[in-house]
Amino acid sequence: MANGKDTVALQVKIKRYQPEGKAGGKAEAYWQEFRVEAEPRDRLLDVLNKIKWEQDGTLTYRRSCAHGVCGSDAMRVNGRNRLACKLLVQDVGRRINIEPMLGFPVIRDLVVDMDPFFAKYEKVKPFLINDEPLPRTERLQSPEQRERYDDTTKCILCGACTGSCPSVWANREWVGPASIVNAHRFIFDSRDRGTPERLQILGDRNGVWRCRTIFNCSEACPRGIHVTEAIEEVKRAIVYNSNEVE
Amino acid sequence: MNYHKFDVVIVGAGGAGLMAAMQLAHNSSIAVISKLYPTRSHTGAAQGGVAAALGNQEEDHWKWHMFDTVKGGDYLVDQDAAEALTREAIDAVYDLEHWGLPFNRTDDGKIDQRRFGGHTRNFGEGPVRRSCYAADRTGHMILQTMYQQSVKNQVHFFNEYLMLDLLMNDGQACGVVALCLRDGSIHVFHAKAIVLATGGYGRAWRVTSNALACTGDGMAVAYRRGVPLEDMEMYQFHPTGLYKIGILLSEAARGEGAYLLNSEGERFCIRYAPTLQELAPRDMVSRFIVQEIAEGRGIDGKDYVYLSVTHLGKEKIDAKLPDITDFARNYLSVEPYYEPVPIQPTAHYAMGGVPTDIDGRVVMDEQNTVMPGLYAAGEVACVSVHGANRLGTNSLVDLIVFGRRAGKHIAQKWLPEAEFAPLPEDAEARAIEMVEGLLGRKSTGVTQEAIRQEMRDTMMDNVGVVRDEQTLLAARDKIVDLKDRYARISMMDTTRTFNTELMEVLELGMLLDCCEATVAGALARTESRGAHYRRDYEKRDDANFLKHTLAYQSETPGQPELRYKPVVITEFQPKERKY
Repeated sequence: MANGKDTVALQVKIKRYQPEGKAGGKAEAYWQEFRVEAEPRDRLLDVLNKIKWEQDGTLTYRRSCAHGVCGSDAMRVNGRNRLACKLLVQDVGRRINIEPMLGFPVIRDLVVDMDPFFAKYEKVKPFLINDEPLPRTERLQSPEQRERYDDTTKCILCGACTGSCPSVWANREWVGPASIVNAHRFIFDSRDRGTPERLQILGDRNGVWRCRTIFNCSEACPRGIHVTEAIEEVKRAIVYNSNEVE
Repeated sequence: MNYHKFDVVIVGAGGAGLMAAMQLAHNSSIAVISKLYPTRSHTGAAQGGVAAALGNQEEDHWKWHMFDTVKGGDYLVDQDAAEALTREAIDAVYDLEHWGLPFNRTDDGKIDQRRFGGHTRNFGEGPVRRSCYAADRTGHMILQTMYQQSVKNQVHFFNEYLMLDLLMNDGQACGVVALCLRDGSIHVFHAKAIVLATGGYGRAWRVTSNALACTGDGMAVAYRRGVPLEDMEMYQFHPTGLYKIGILLSEAARGEGAYLLNSEGERFCIRYAPTLQELAPRDMVSRFIVQEIAEGRGIDGKDYVYLSVTHLGKEKIDAKLPDITDFARNYLSVEPYYEPVPIQPTAHYAMGGVPTDIDGRVVMDEQNTVMPGLYAAGEVACVSVHGANRLGTNSLVDLIVFGRRAGKHIAQKWLPEAEFAPLPEDAEARAIEMVEGLLGRKSTGVTQEAIRQEMRDTMMDNVGVVRDEQTLLAARDKIVDLKDRYARISMMDTTRTFNTELMEVLELGMLLDCCEATVAGALARTESRGAHYRRDYEKRDDANFLKHTLAYQSETPGQPELRYKPVVITEFQPKERKY
């Protein structure tokens, strides 16, 4: 999407994996370099599209909204997890290394298997739990109560945090930061009654305690969620057995 | 062949599909097929809010909302549908709250509401606070909340399956055929009821707010099987897309008080719509912008104007409009605290689509003959609640109300009496032919990129905010040419595993069919109404065109058979539309 002035020549190295083999060869990961002209305000996703549509139709990645809200195109760019549709050429330099997120099984090129990620998400009961009789209209919640869990409602489940976490790389059984973020969103929602169950799930050996407070997750989050802080808040809730500690 | 059998198969995992699933998950076997992981659905990009006359901030009534919807749609709205929409919006919003949706709150803890374009008190007197919202990410919250409920109810998802065909037999819908992206296999889903909830086709235009996935799959697949498409010429351009990129800047900005400014720094909307000003309906504001640009008052003489929130102050911007101001920063390097944001109209929403009745049942003709077992809800459908122009915040209402109505009708009325219709012979034949035809293709030099670009250019330049006979004829010829070249398209990727080139080419074919119906409807409608503005027929013509277009695919490319059906009018007689 052209809206800058001059184009720049980019060297884009992409880690490829073609499960059906490359031109009769066997399936192994390899790096491939593409040269492509782009405008400074092009998104990295525009660059990938340009390569795919003009040079190599076999290049494979996920994408949908193209403006950072659907979470499809998380990938590792120059060593850091980013959404390709949020990152502009002017902010990434002329030599760009792109690879699939670490910690996920690779299906093809930049496409990773998200099923285990969503399975972990489901483990923390990511839905409002409240069996009290429903009022005829809305449940009340003060603006302050609403603000308490605002940050973690922004999660788009892109996996950038989880894929940046060394504890996840070391132990794929670990529930990972994204799941804890989504548990946090309910633990601190005044309408929810499921805190004891969630704290129990997150208190076990593959729960919050495998977080080593490395802060990669916060840095990786394209939504600016303070992921590590959210994890710390859940840890405190477990220690004090309460979601009311500040 | 991979064969699956469920009572109900829902295609699409956005707001409408998941809302339908919620009505059915408890007591029927259902599957939701989605070409994306559900949380990637385009519902998540909706920003501003969901309209319901809760009256939390000031007096409001569903009938006022109904009137606004009818008038906003330039009287092409079916009023029985508008009544269902606006009455049931209220309970549907409470449902969402009960499921945990984090709405913004008033000081006394109720759902907060704000102003939005075309929503008025007392039948047009002035703006009203009707939009229930969660910052400027209401769609995200709806999608997340619905998905959370799907997890809770253990809905069975088939993620990353692209629908290729719809099966009907013995006068009843009986299944869909889909391509599993992960391994390229073809799957037949046998069902008593099918719900199409596949969204819109905004990717047909060059400048669009729509996700790459919005390729009209449900519309095209139905159209190819003899289902008509209704009012496809009614396509909405949202006034405020980021210049050139088209990313949406929500009407919520104007609802919170933002200005639109021309090159002279003038709030030009006041000249055109003295009462509602910037909050006039979208079709009108888009035309105001195009008019200002045509008269030389675009910024620097170019094809854009400014959206300015600088006078709102940092605190309000951060609290109410955080995401859209981030888009301006990130994609245009503009700081909205201090600078106005360059915007232009962007292709946004299909008022038209697969015709349904108010229970989501697909109807096949001007007598509203139902196709048993086939349902549609959300943007893919045309009930018609939006008529010739949808009001802001009415799309999220449409998803939840008609997703719910379709689900309930299936659960309560259809499943108790329905049997499985047998699958047609060679159920998967057409889908296999499509896929194998492409994968076995020798290089022909015809690229999908050329076809895609030419399609998007012709739709933008010839079937945009303003049209006339000449531009529409040019578009028709272009679409015919593109369809012809599409039949000879080349593939670079002929493998099976996660072949996204294959997916994109199949999607491009769907878009071309949607374009065909859009252009034909627009050519035949020699009047101006709502979003359909004909330079050569500037007036609305109720005597001849107070009716819905039905386009049926014919043997002749570019020329579907057109039929018409009357508009349902119950309360509000057509009047001149002033704001």
